[in-house]
Amino acid sequence: MSNKVIYGLFDDEEILLKSAKDMVSKGVRIKDVFSPFPIHGIDPVIGVPRTRLAIMSFIYGAIGLSLAWLMMWYMNISDWPLDIGGKPSQAFYMNLTAFIPVSFEMTVFCAAHGMALTYLIVNSLYPGQQPHNPDNRTTDDKFMVQINTADNKKTAEEIKSMLSSTGAIEITEKEA
Amino acid sequence: MASHEAHIREPLILGQKDYHQVTEDITYPIAGKANKYWWMAFTVSFITMLWGVGCLTYTVGTGIGVWGLNKTVGWAWDITNFVWWIGIGHAGTLISAVLLLFRQKWRMSINRSAEAMTIFAVICAALFPVFHMGRVWLAYWVLPLPNQFGSLWVNFNSPLLWDVFAISTYFTVSLVFWYLGLVPDFATVRDKFARMGKPLQQKIYNVLSFGWSGSARQWHRFEELSLVLAGLSTPLVLSVHTIVSMDFATSVIPGWHTTIFPPYFVAGAIFSGFAMVLTLMLIARKTLNLEHYITVNHVESMNKIIILTGSIVGVAYLTELFISWYSGVEYEQYAFLNRFSGPYWWAYWSMMTCNVITPQLFWIKKIRRNFTATFIISIFVNIGMWFERFVIIVTSLHRDYLPSSWVMFHPTFIDIGIFVGTIGIFFTLFLLFCRTFPVIAMAELKSILKSSGDKYKK
Repeated sequence: MSNKVIYGLFDDEEILLKSAKDMVSKGVRIKDVFSPFPIHGIDPVIGVPRTRLAIMSFIYGAIGLSLAWLMMWYMNISDWPLDIGGKPSQAFYMNLTAFIPVSFEMTVFCAAHGMALTYLIVNSLYPGQQPHNPDNRTTDDKFMVQINTADNKKTAEEIKSMLSSTGAIEITEKEA
Repeated sequence: MASHEAHIREPLILGQKDYHQVTEDITYPIAGKANKYWWMAFTVSFITMLWGVGCLTYTVGTGIGVWGLNKTVGWAWDITNFVWWIGIGHAGTLISAVLLLFRQKWRMSINRSAEAMTIFAVICAALFPVFHMGRVWLAYWVLPLPNQFGSLWVNFNSPLLWDVFAISTYFTVSLVFWYLGLVPDFATVRDKFARMGKPLQQKIYNVLSFGWSGSARQWHRFEELSLVLAGLSTPLVLSVHTIVSMDFATSVIPGWHTTIFPPYFVAGAIFSGFAMVLTLMLIARKTLNLEHYITVNHVESMNKIIILTGSIVGVAYLTELFISWYSGVEYEQYAFLNRFSGPYWWAYWSMMTCNVITPQLFWIKKIRRNFTATFIISIFVNIGMWFERFVIIVTSLHRDYLPSSWVMFHPTFIDIGIFVGTIGIFFTLFLLFCRTFPVIAMAELKSILKSSGDKYKK
């Protein structure tokens, strides 16, 4: 069987969602969906796994907190304890209340930036990256389904007729 | 999906817009040419900015002595302006983060420009402590690096150092949150230029858009990222002004040494920030033809937040007065007596009038839904909140413990020039933003168009 990519263009996200549900229930595998805004409810239909970004953010935050404590302990307790007004910085726990603001800020700093960097990496977004949305109207007002025949048992013709019967306004086919 | 929203709610997007029309309207200022109002505003702002840069250069060249500070009043306009600008920035984060967590859809028409405002305001704010250091080229000494003279480190017990961490975290996190939200919209602009057949602009916006393609997986992660960053920004924004207030509250100056400061400063920050958002939005909706997107409904929602935060600020003022009397500490009592009846009585009463009395007019529905009235009151609040910081800082300092040190503070030409200059910087950046960036979060707005646009909401 030849390896083809079929694109179905929709002008409404609700019609696309219905069409996708319909096709998936008949055993079609949808490769991807391109849209100008997130279509709620599409992820389970086309099998997008739940992202673990939030867990990563928590881990980055924990690293940030540890770094903050290590830094403050080393600088103000271990390496050079300051003695201000006869109140020396003797132990970490004695200074802990004064260390809360910086601990918090470092936690947020690492959690936010770590997560943002991870997001850019997993989404493969960087300056100079070329966009791979097949039709440039999908960032404006159109919605597109991408189906690869290699993933499917059905022929290209069958898939195309399913797309047009469920409301696609334009169907294009490309050799993969 | 079309109507999950109560029918009695007013539509948030007017003018029978569909998805394509939203793209066209929001990219219009980017793809088109600037009108003469934009050029007039830009010229004025740019000249003002140059004036400020000149004053800053003179300060660095000659020394901090060119400011009106003296031995008793060692902090005045610089720190007043710093706190004022930081406070203005807070509304942007509040709108984009806190209102996201509360699922307030009206934020979507204003969050992009409010976040831009946050970033520009923090830039203006940061100039003041940096230039107050005098030797600006040594500003990196605030970072936790070993000092050149040995192994002396920064002091983590000092609220001024907490500020360094708070402001830098706040600035960078706000910038990232703002930019990652812009990425899908830059892709929309890129593809619009592609359809218009303009390859250069298409290339530039492709670089800015990081090659965004809008696939389901990208959107899925995008939504998770927005939610978590909003969750992180919410305590962050509260912590920033809390820490700013601790610059004062941890000292032993009468009028500053109070536990009410953190919540009082945070409420004041949101209050002044919303006033600035209103000032900017009312201008932007006219000059950028956004009347259908920033409606009277949005203005009313913001005015309600102004009443709330303005009233919190009012209660805080009265609480301060009561506690100073009730504490029985004569220094505290004198500090407040001096505030409202001393030589700076006019500053105190300007603050009271602008911050406590004028926003109460918003209880009247006609006023809170009137653009002109809102604009005027927003200016009053901006002025009032500047006076609040001036009153707190200067009236507490100018009466030292030794009456022989009692002085008045007089701003110099340079003090005024730098402050006015930062307003120029702020507006210059904002006007450039209006012409090159999508000023409304298009992707987000499209996602609520069916539930909140008047075309679909029947």
